[in-house]
Amino acid sequence: MITISDVKKVFKTKSGSLTAVDNVNLEINEGEIFGVIGYSGAGKSTLIRMLNGLEQPSEGKVDINGKLISSIRGGDLRKARQKISMIFQHFNLLWSRSVKDNISFPLEIAGVPKQERLKRVNELIELVGLEGRGDAYPSQLSGGQKQRVGIARALANDPEVLLCDEATSALDPQTTDSILELLVDINKRLGLTIVLITHEMHVIRKICHRVAVMEDGKVVELGDVLDVFKQPKEQITKRFVQQVTEPEETKETIAHLLEEYQDGEVVKLTFVGESAGQPVVTNLIRSFDLQVNILQGKISQTQHGAYGSLFIHLHGKPDELARAIEFLQAASVGVEVITHD
Amino acid sequence: MIEQIFPNVEWPVMWEATYETIYMTVISVVITFILGLALGLLLFLTSKGNLWENKIVYAITTAFVNIFRSIPFIILIVLLIPFTRFLLGTIRGADAALPALIIGAAPFYARMVEIALREIDKGVIEAARSMGAKVSTIVMKVLIPESLPALISGITVTAIALVGYTAMAGVIGAGGLGNLAFLDGFQRSRDDVTLAATIIILVIVFIIQFFGDFFTNKLDKR
Repeated sequence: MITISDVKKVFKTKSGSLTAVDNVNLEINEGEIFGVIGYSGAGKSTLIRMLNGLEQPSEGKVDINGKLISSIRGGDLRKARQKISMIFQHFNLLWSRSVKDNISFPLEIAGVPKQERLKRVNELIELVGLEGRGDAYPSQLSGGQKQRVGIARALANDPEVLLCDEATSALDPQTTDSILELLVDINKRLGLTIVLITHEMHVIRKICHRVAVMEDGKVVELGDVLDVFKQPKEQITKRFVQQVTEPEETKETIAHLLEEYQDGEVVKLTFVGESAGQPVVTNLIRSFDLQVNILQGKISQTQHGAYGSLFIHLHGKPDELARAIEFLQAASVGVEVITHD
Repeated sequence: MIEQIFPNVEWPVMWEATYETIYMTVISVVITFILGLALGLLLFLTSKGNLWENKIVYAITTAFVNIFRSIPFIILIVLLIPFTRFLLGTIRGADAALPALIIGAAPFYARMVEIALREIDKGVIEAARSMGAKVSTIVMKVLIPESLPALISGITVTAIALVGYTAMAGVIGAGGLGNLAFLDGFQRSRDDVTLAATIIILVIVFIIQFFGDFFTNKLDKR
């Protein structure tokens, strides 16, 4: 569906040249929700802008559905853009137009007759759940409603691809979730391929099928969301995964626990997919002569299943402890013995 | 009552002068709006980081705008005498004032247009591009509507400046209230004529300001 091959983007600045995107290769499948995560300045914004030709790559090719976006220009590019929609962090609605007229704008650009435009606009308003707000102006809407208008506008011309540029970063957590649910719904209902960039692992966890992690213009890690959660390889990926699995205070808590429980072991168990549903702790208590103390735990849902982490403290005879840890490792859960350091 | 306050005013002459002032103002405002908008759009589009980024065109347009904006109006009128004579065959009358009025005001308005367009959120222009809009569509459906309140308040300020310019143009024979106040009022020491002309000019200015504010507020949906 989308093939990005050997793409490089160099910006010339006064103080020299800056490589924003450095030799990126990606293959995005049809109907997939593909996430690109990275901190600001990682090059993800530039990368997504090369998918609709708002930026031209310095080197390499971008191919969407057989169209070479990186080399077409003028009318061909404008035509192609009608099928590659985009939504934005700051919504970018026209304040001078009502909700209806904003949604109608891309249809006007595509030259759709007025009667059809009206019909389509009403369908879209219903699709994104903005019934009754059609005549309001953007300034009268909340952030979440504005993004719904943005999404309706992006869907107007039946696109094949939807690009989301930090689409939820300006929204509060609850509104973020409702917008993400809407995106999943659209993805399922219309079979739309969605490419999104974000700096929030929460967004990736909640809706993406696959994820690419970007750092300094390069894709440093790529894979199914669940796999990346299970075994993050790069340091940066681990940090992103921790955003979701380990709340801010976890580190402090763990340090505190290690102080408190001088004997025995503090163990971090990670559950992925199937194993998240198994009664591992119950089995542990039944099978071994140990005291098991649950310290902290969390389970997160991804598009492909659950992912969770649990911190427990085990107290007992050393050989019993060693056998218990072996048992846990065999039970297809991730086991990490936290040590004093 | 009015006869006593304005004993020397010949009202038919005063109304004739009022008509000339309004005529000069309206025609020059309309043409200034069109020309200034075009120049302002050119300035904006060719400036750095915009759709038609072009250093040379931008530099030439800027130089043109700056030069004509800096020449004092009374000198501009004199400088343009040969041009006006070539264009209209005469340098007297209301029509003869129009070239100087427009050339004096359009660059001034062009700058205001450029400032108004710069205030538009870059993201909105990017959004229009991402939908496959042509530059002409972006100009007509994004740039002008999104900056309309600022464009209207700009033309209001320009129109009021133009009323002042018409009075100056009157001094060199273009007619209108300025001409009347200067020749009939000042030079013949009839203060009541000057006063009456001034009051009428004030009323015209107030009316322009009122409608300018009204439309600016009405169009602003932010």
